[in-house]
Amino acid sequence: MRDLASILPLDVRAVAFHGDGRRLVDGISFQLPAGGLTVILGPNGAGKSLTLRLCHGLLAPSEGTIAWARGAEGRNRRHAMVFQKPIMLRRSVEANVLHALAAAGVAGPERRERCRTALERFGLGERAGQAARLLSGGEQQRLAIARAWALRPELLFLDEPTSQLDPAATRQIEELLSGLVAEGITVLMSTHDLGQARRLASRVLFLHRGRLIADAPAADFFAGPASPEARAFLAGELIW
Amino acid sequence: MDFGAIFSAAFALIVGLDPAFLAIVGLSLRVTLTAVLIAALIGLPLGAALALARFRGRSAVIVCLNALMGLPPVVAGLVVFLMLSRSGPLGPLGLLFTPTAMILAQVLLVLPIVIALTRQTVEDLWGEYRDHLRSVGLEGVRAIPTLLFDGRFALATALLAGFGRASAEVGAVLIVGGNIAGYTRTMTTAITLETSKGDLPLALGLGLVLIALTLAINAVAFGASRIGARYAG
Repeated sequence: MRDLASILPLDVRAVAFHGDGRRLVDGISFQLPAGGLTVILGPNGAGKSLTLRLCHGLLAPSEGTIAWARGAEGRNRRHAMVFQKPIMLRRSVEANVLHALAAAGVAGPERRERCRTALERFGLGERAGQAARLLSGGEQQRLAIARAWALRPELLFLDEPTSQLDPAATRQIEELLSGLVAEGITVLMSTHDLGQARRLASRVLFLHRGRLIADAPAADFFAGPASPEARAFLAGELIW
Repeated sequence: MDFGAIFSAAFALIVGLDPAFLAIVGLSLRVTLTAVLIAALIGLPLGAALALARFRGRSAVIVCLNALMGLPPVVAGLVVFLMLSRSGPLGPLGLLFTPTAMILAQVLLVLPIVIALTRQTVEDLWGEYRDHLRSVGLEGVRAIPTLLFDGRFALATALLAGFGRASAEVGAVLIVGGNIAGYTRTMTTAITLETSKGDLPLALGLGLVLIALTLAINAVAFGASRIGARYAG
């Protein structure tokens, strides 16, 4: 129901997360308005995944606040997440989508309809009855996106969605994501793949060692990043 | 009586569908299946809850449950006997030496197996599913139905393991059932008695049925895991 007030912008303010006695992310602040595809870029261990999990509510920040324009907790929270390694229930393709919809409290007949639409939309209609875990890696990630899409999120989080896929499957997922953005879904995804960030991003958040080093429109970021860490990352140097 | 004669007499009992023989097999199945059903109804949700709950002393509970999987049947029988005996807390119910008492004793034997194996299965699944289930808003008790359903093949094997243990044991049902002919005499207690009496064909016939049953359970368990691997991946 799109007529409800938007949950965006998302306002992340001075967020820190401590684990194992260390500050894994620290002092992260940014606003995420509706629209576009924002990439969280950075080397492994920079805190990209953690930032997404904090925003999605899987983790509670140790410090700082994460605020939505209106309540976005509980069942119909209108933000969904797709993980690095697709998490497939031991059920059919169709049942995976139906399960997520049921969890969100969508009633029976509408559930079936939305499931069918989602599977058609992502080219999985033929696979509806197959065991989800026997799909190829690319198909599994496509199902994970279809399952999230069926929940009709305003904002979709994706954690390195193509890092385990081959180039062809990666390309396919990237096209899907562009389609979602064109549809009006706001996307926040993490990646360490520079090429992917260049192809997809409208805005870049560059993380390094748990800190947000740069926040810029993608064109500006790639034209000449302000910080030495970002320049080094773009140049393909090892940074620690 | 030579071996050949014993075997042919045993076969005659099985093939001839001797009523007394069938009654013993029937009672055994009724007692054990009921016990497994009750243990499943209690043990599956309890095992899943234990998998998800975090509390002080949880490790100790898990160790105890794992240890209880090896509880000697005679001890389980003794415990139920003490509870049901005339001076015991449940004495007034008058359940001692009834099939109900045998079911109770077998529940005690099967329950730890069901809880412990369910706990393990569900905990592994939760580790894998946690992010997604929490993402779609299923946490705590609300996650349990999903986890039990997705663990269905492993859990079926756990129930069959429980069935195997209960159908093969003799100590508990002997103590609390009393091995009363036509009332609480099961396959295992009958074998014990008939062997000592020298009625070897009956003992052997029941033994063959028990072995066939064990074989069938294992075939079903194997089939369940194969179907699980093929269908659920």
